[in-house]
Amino acid sequence: MKLPIYLDNHATTRMDPRVLDAMLPYFTELYGNAASRNHEFGWAAEVAVDKARKQIADLIGATPKEIIFTSGATESNNLAIKGVAEMYAEKGNHIITAATEHKAVLDTCKKLEKGGCRVTYLPLKADGLIDLDMLRESITDKTILVTIMYANNEIGVIQPIAEIGKICRERGVLFHTDAVQAAGKIPVDVNKDNIDIMSITGHKLYGPKGVGALYVRRKGPRVQITAQMDGGGHERGMRSGTLNVPGIVGLGEACELARKEMPEESKRMAFLRDKLRAKLEAGLDEVFINGSMEHRLPGNLNMSFLYVEGESLLMGINDVAVSSGSACTSATLEPSYVLKALGLGDDLAHSSIRFGIGRFSTEEEIDYVADKLVDVVSKLRELSPLYEMVKEGIDLSTVQWAAH
Amino acid sequence: MAYSDKVLDHYNNPRNVGSLDKKAANVGTGMVGAPECGDVMKLQIRVNDESGIIEDAKFKTFGCGSAIASSSLATEWLKGKTVDEALRIKNTDIVNELALPPVKIHCSVLAEDAIKAAISDYRTKQVASVSAKQPELVGQLVA
Repeated sequence: MKLPIYLDNHATTRMDPRVLDAMLPYFTELYGNAASRNHEFGWAAEVAVDKARKQIADLIGATPKEIIFTSGATESNNLAIKGVAEMYAEKGNHIITAATEHKAVLDTCKKLEKGGCRVTYLPLKADGLIDLDMLRESITDKTILVTIMYANNEIGVIQPIAEIGKICRERGVLFHTDAVQAAGKIPVDVNKDNIDIMSITGHKLYGPKGVGALYVRRKGPRVQITAQMDGGGHERGMRSGTLNVPGIVGLGEACELARKEMPEESKRMAFLRDKLRAKLEAGLDEVFINGSMEHRLPGNLNMSFLYVEGESLLMGINDVAVSSGSACTSATLEPSYVLKALGLGDDLAHSSIRFGIGRFSTEEEIDYVADKLVDVVSKLRELSPLYEMVKEGIDLSTVQWAAH
Repeated sequence: MAYSDKVLDHYNNPRNVGSLDKKAANVGTGMVGAPECGDVMKLQIRVNDESGIIEDAKFKTFGCGSAIASSSLATEWLKGKTVDEALRIKNTDIVNELALPPVKIHCSVLAEDAIKAAISDYRTKQVASVSAKQPELVGQLVA
């Protein structure tokens, strides 16, 4: 077993060597521009791009023509939301999203608010799911778009996408979903799920960074979005710019591998995740799972280790790469807004760790991480005045803290 | 974020972890911070009745590595000092010793606050216990 151990697969994934093999020829030998229609170099690139388009479409139940290539999920989300807001401005100016969306969605919505759009940020239930009744009630005759992520990047909670899509369809509102964490990990089907626009990215599914895609429905309804960059009119006029052929080949290959291996892989990841959870719960008291376990990505576990602060915990497991919901690890000095949206107090948010198990995680690694965590949490609790007080029977919520 | 060797050393081998009897008259307890801020420090001193010297100091800290190191270092420095000397420990001394980066200065401030809170608790208790036994001495002590 090699250290450090990587358990941060929601941040990014290691590229599958098979993906790299597929990409390599397109850097040095088949380097044509896919838009060059009059020579062999261009044709070879176009063939490769068409194949990737099909591989991506097959993963999500779309047709190849509905796939628009982008530089990644941030661009896909920006293009989807701003593109719809601009294209359908005459119809309305209201967008509905959720409080736990990725910043690429939330900050895009905030930008649109400054430009005159009205945005509703739906709160979440304690298990991380959105309230469908609340969604129904929020839709008005001015609503043009609902954008709700497929699965959350921190707590791995999977939203009832098909039902959200159905509600949107009934009300004639477009539905966009940021599916970067879900695509390739769980079955995603744009038709069964009633999705109109969907963002995916390469590096979350063992493909390359810097390449993503936007699914844009062509019929039932035919979705139109206004391009956000001007140029050569590539990608059906929605996204100009010379195609990143090696990246696109990699994204396509990654999607095909994910589609073929998903049934096996998701079982294996869920097994490892459940083992990690069981070992932590057996070895420690006062641990708490954040978000629904039932509606959750197979590779995700998000746990709060009460009375232990997240950054000190990460310091103790410095040979394990995970993320913490604690303020101290990020530049913002605010604990995770996702955990807070579930109603967690700052104290619980500060004590949380996100584990992201991936294709290359092994059982040996999971055993090591679980043992190490039990050890470090126990040690830090000996240091923790909060744990001591709780063991003395003091209710921490009744204590007058000297906040600073 | 990279931690200094001294922070790592205190984190891996924290000094003087534990608790003193908070009811004892010669023990002062300071608890500062709040769980929602991500830092709570409990710092205790036991003062020798005759010499007035801090003969033991203990801490428990919920917080990041720098907060643990700041309070661990504070207990090391407190031992052997008189109460008045202890009051002269400044957060900047802790920052310098541990090479804390700017985002972690609040950890050192919290440690200084914890020292002051412990000493204040100790002095309050002294006044109370003396006034119970020898009311005429209270004026002198408070002065």
